[in-house]
Amino acid sequence: MSNLLSLITFFPLVGMVVLLFLPRESDRLLKTVTLVITLITFLISLPLAFDDAFRTSAEMRYVEFAQWINIGEYFRMNYYVGIDGISLWLVMLTTFIMPITVLSTWHAVEKNTKGFMALLLLLETGMLGAFIALDVFLFYIFWELMLIPMYFLIGIWGGKNRIYAAVKFFIFTAVGSLLMLVAIIYVYYYAVKAGLPFQSGFSIAHFYQLDLPAHLQTWLFLAFAFSFAIKVPMFPVHTWLPDAHTEAPTAGSVILAAILLKMGTYGYVRFAIPLFPVAAMKFTPLFATLAVIGIIYGALVAMMQDDVKKLVAYSSVSHLGFVMLGVFAMNLQGLSGGMLQMINHGISTGALFLIVGFIYERRHTRLIADFGGISKKMPVFATIFMIMTFSSVGLPGTNGFVGEFLILLGAFESGLRWYTVFATTGVILAAVYMLWMFQRVMMGKITNPKNEELQDLSGREIAVMVPLLVFVFWIGFYPNTFLEKMNPSLENLIQQVKGKQQVALLVEAPTPSVAKITVNE
Amino acid sequence: MYDKLWLIPFFPLVGSIINGLFGKRFIRNEAAIGAIGTGAVFLSFLVSCSCFFTLLGDTEKVHQQVIASWMSVGQLQVDWGFLLDPLSAIMLLVVTGVGSLIHLYSIGYMHGEEGFYRFFCYLNLFIFSMLMLVLGNNALVMFVGWEGVGLCSYLLIGYYFEKKSAGDAAKKAFVMNRVGDFGFLLGLFTIFWTLGSKHNVWTINFVEISEQAHLLSGDMLLGVGVTTVATLCFFLGATGKSAQLPLYTWLPDAMEGPTPVSALIHAATMVTAGVYMIGRMNVLFAMSPTTMAVVALVGAVTAIFAASIGFAQNDIKRVLAYSTVSQLGFMFMAMGVGAFTAGIFHLMTHAFFKACLFLGSGSVIHAMHHALHHAHVDDDPQDMRNMGGLRKFMPITHATFGLSCLAIAGIPFFSGFFSKDEILWWAFASTRGMKVVWVIGAITACMTAFYMFRCLYMTFYGEQRTHKKAKDHVHESPWVITVPLVVLAGLATVGGLVGIPHAIDLFHVGNKLEHFLAPVFEHSQKLHEIEAHGSAATEISLMVLSVVIAVVGISIATWMYLKRPDLPGKFTSKFSGLHRWVYNKWFVDEAYDVLFVNSTKKLGTFCWKGFDVKVVDGIVNGTGKLVSVFSTALRYTQSGLVHNYALTMVLGMVVMVAIFILQ
Repeated sequence: MSNLLSLITFFPLVGMVVLLFLPRESDRLLKTVTLVITLITFLISLPLAFDDAFRTSAEMRYVEFAQWINIGEYFRMNYYVGIDGISLWLVMLTTFIMPITVLSTWHAVEKNTKGFMALLLLLETGMLGAFIALDVFLFYIFWELMLIPMYFLIGIWGGKNRIYAAVKFFIFTAVGSLLMLVAIIYVYYYAVKAGLPFQSGFSIAHFYQLDLPAHLQTWLFLAFAFSFAIKVPMFPVHTWLPDAHTEAPTAGSVILAAILLKMGTYGYVRFAIPLFPVAAMKFTPLFATLAVIGIIYGALVAMMQDDVKKLVAYSSVSHLGFVMLGVFAMNLQGLSGGMLQMINHGISTGALFLIVGFIYERRHTRLIADFGGISKKMPVFATIFMIMTFSSVGLPGTNGFVGEFLILLGAFESGLRWYTVFATTGVILAAVYMLWMFQRVMMGKITNPKNEELQDLSGREIAVMVPLLVFVFWIGFYPNTFLEKMNPSLENLIQQVKGKQQVALLVEAPTPSVAKITVNE
Repeated sequence: MYDKLWLIPFFPLVGSIINGLFGKRFIRNEAAIGAIGTGAVFLSFLVSCSCFFTLLGDTEKVHQQVIASWMSVGQLQVDWGFLLDPLSAIMLLVVTGVGSLIHLYSIGYMHGEEGFYRFFCYLNLFIFSMLMLVLGNNALVMFVGWEGVGLCSYLLIGYYFEKKSAGDAAKKAFVMNRVGDFGFLLGLFTIFWTLGSKHNVWTINFVEISEQAHLLSGDMLLGVGVTTVATLCFFLGATGKSAQLPLYTWLPDAMEGPTPVSALIHAATMVTAGVYMIGRMNVLFAMSPTTMAVVALVGAVTAIFAASIGFAQNDIKRVLAYSTVSQLGFMFMAMGVGAFTAGIFHLMTHAFFKACLFLGSGSVIHAMHHALHHAHVDDDPQDMRNMGGLRKFMPITHATFGLSCLAIAGIPFFSGFFSKDEILWWAFASTRGMKVVWVIGAITACMTAFYMFRCLYMTFYGEQRTHKKAKDHVHESPWVITVPLVVLAGLATVGGLVGIPHAIDLFHVGNKLEHFLAPVFEHSQKLHEIEAHGSAATEISLMVLSVVIAVVGISIATWMYLKRPDLPGKFTSKFSGLHRWVYNKWFVDEAYDVLFVNSTKKLGTFCWKGFDVKVVDGIVNGTGKLVSVFSTALRYTQSGLVHNYALTMVLGMVVMVAIFILQ
């Protein structure tokens, strides 16, 4: 089917329209319909995952192209979409997480269900669109589209401090986006001036061919990188994340952690680095430093949290630091580790937010001190929680290990050796903060009488967790299923980026101080 | 036979899954759960035996089996692969053999526990991980087992999770192991990239690394040889897993776990993983005399340090725990001076006698617990000050415990005698040996004999100090507990005969173990000229000396704790300062708390409340406030009153006119 990607992307939007015609009081019906819509979206996206061509081809597949907006002779943007090995698993992750999220809201969302579900579906379209867009302007539209539903999800269905969190989330992200918008338009005009046919619009493939001078690359890269850094989030622009996560409803946190944050890291892989490779090379030490600081800093702050949800939020800062380190290593191990870790973080941290949601629904508190000894009352919950904890810690045999290992191995080779040594201490700190939290919440004697009444997970809740558990072990024991389909595209990307960096270095070769950068040792 | 290798870890994995998923709801019956758990390990033991004997009669000594690909990313190709060679074959026998016995024992020991199924699920999972560690044909599969045993150790130490101390101990064990794992990973990265980028050999397979290691001989990193850097990193991993200085403090705390766990994980198998790892990578270690010296010295210092703490502990399991740390130190001494065979030999004999000692202590604790419980007395069943004279009530436990004490003390012809003596001989006479290591080793041997017999006497001899209500309720344990004790005591007695040193080999049976392990170690020993040289006379006289040392240790213990029971009290009051330090384990835990735990917590709080809240959010909120202040001020200009606007207009015109005129 040639319109498969469009179908997947806009099916939730169509579903949203259907939802708008349903009566607003029929809570269960609204949820069921939303669940069915997201499930169908997942099912129609499945053929992508089983497409074996990704194993050999680095090309964009399922490409769709249509003229969209024409303004005079000079401005053209197209509806141009497609996926390769880099976006494939992110698209799959999105369609996979959505039904799980919807199922998790069964009892959690009671107020204005219709609005909530409609926004979820709108959000899904936004996220999928951003991952499949091959036109930079189209990407930007979807990127901004995601922002709005998330803002309302936090602002309306959030916790006590929701307005502050929603505004903070919005302002941080919007400030970054504006800089990116300016940079996008600048690149377009540069491209048209350089003689690229304006009919190709903001096509990313055409932009890749531009030879932007180094000083321009610096500014453009920084504009893109700043925008993405906020989304990742990288230290020190991460402070919106803990607030947004803590105040967001469970479903919002899950989507935020599992998918929205990946927009930032994906942005580096797809846009910031390949569009401006020379600048990216120049700033690699800076970003590697920020990544390593993020790993350690996120872990240290996570350790001291007294709110479980905030702890998981800060652990994201640490985990995404690993991803960034892998991406900036710019070799196959680092990059594929980074890509895999995006998926892993989506699964494990998504699961941890669901887990926090489960106990929050029961006890209406997230403070670690209010718990303790829960294993006794909720053995199934305890087992699942423990598996997810160790997946987050990166125990071999779970998904987290494979990603972290590849990232560290790649970064160690890439000239970021000392960064890697520091990053590896994150492995120790992860064990400290996760296990300490687990001990205080789950082990010991029950001290709070309210915890005596706790019920173990229901069938629905177990059903929410089982698919995630499957992937924890699948990726842990046989990651090749995923790696082999992303590697051709990644290899292609590395070749392209490294090629341009080499050329730039040759031009500057007379200055020996610059040439040093290429030497790994 | 070699294609059946995968069955060895497979059985315990299946056992673990069955008991874990169905134990609580469907099987329920203790006997069935115990039988599944024990049977799974026993099946592995049978397969291991058959592999061992096939290998014994085979001329080709290295066999690999690849099950599937694990990760394949560019030059990095990792398989789920197994490796059977003499070294892993010996370890397989120890792990599955001792493992089966301890599983059997656990059926009796854990009887009536609420989490019986959970215990067997974890214990099987542990055996599975340990077998992965032993069998892995590459460093990453080994690492799966390496962290897997750490996980199971965490789960089993925290088995009584309602006790805070158990939770603390579990976490401490895992985190300290992680510190070691950090080293392991860095070592692995270094080897992989140096071999790959410099010599185009992309591999983490042990066999290939051993074959290609010679390429690394000229490579430098940080001003020293690559192999030195890498092996020091690996050794950091070993100190975590095998509880050596500075990462040993988790092991004594790990005694919070049920006693079979202490016997299996924290004495016989898991903690020896570091020694095994060095054996597996002996080619790399042999290339770096620096690392070898570090290994030997750390081992020696740990041995004597832990033995000193063992002097003053009253908890029977803690004595054994410090003894384990000390004995592991002996094994590292051996690896460090190039006595690889002796190290593995001591690993094996230690598995026998220390497992027997732990299980014996478990039998005593079990009996004490029931007696005290029966009499409703709140005394600590593990405190040796509440024991004494138990040999009358528990003859089998006493006999087996006694035999194992003789073995660990190094009395001739018991197993520990042969292995410990070979280590001391190598420390003295090896080309990589060091006299200081030998001296420390000899002194530690004396201390070992002393504290073990102190433990034996306080528990089984003298006057019974148990609460008088509970006194007569102490009974010998049931057969599931005593049978493993007897078997292990038998092994602890005769197990050393596989490694009779040449100097006293009167009947020319030969050193069977050395011969069997030769394919693994001989190559690197020859290449780097690692050998022990000295006359048979010297060897024999050193042997006599170490026997004397052992007897002296035992005699002092006998005198102090059997003949003059008033002496220890006098001694501690006279040297109360020293005793306080030793009793409190030299305050190492407290120092670590101040140095690492508290400072990390403070740093975390600073990052959070200092940087995140004050600096970053301060800037953001400050910007927000500034805008708001600015616009509040501007708001006054937008008052909506027409005469205000008119006034502004007039003022503006005046200013403009003024400027115009003044120009």
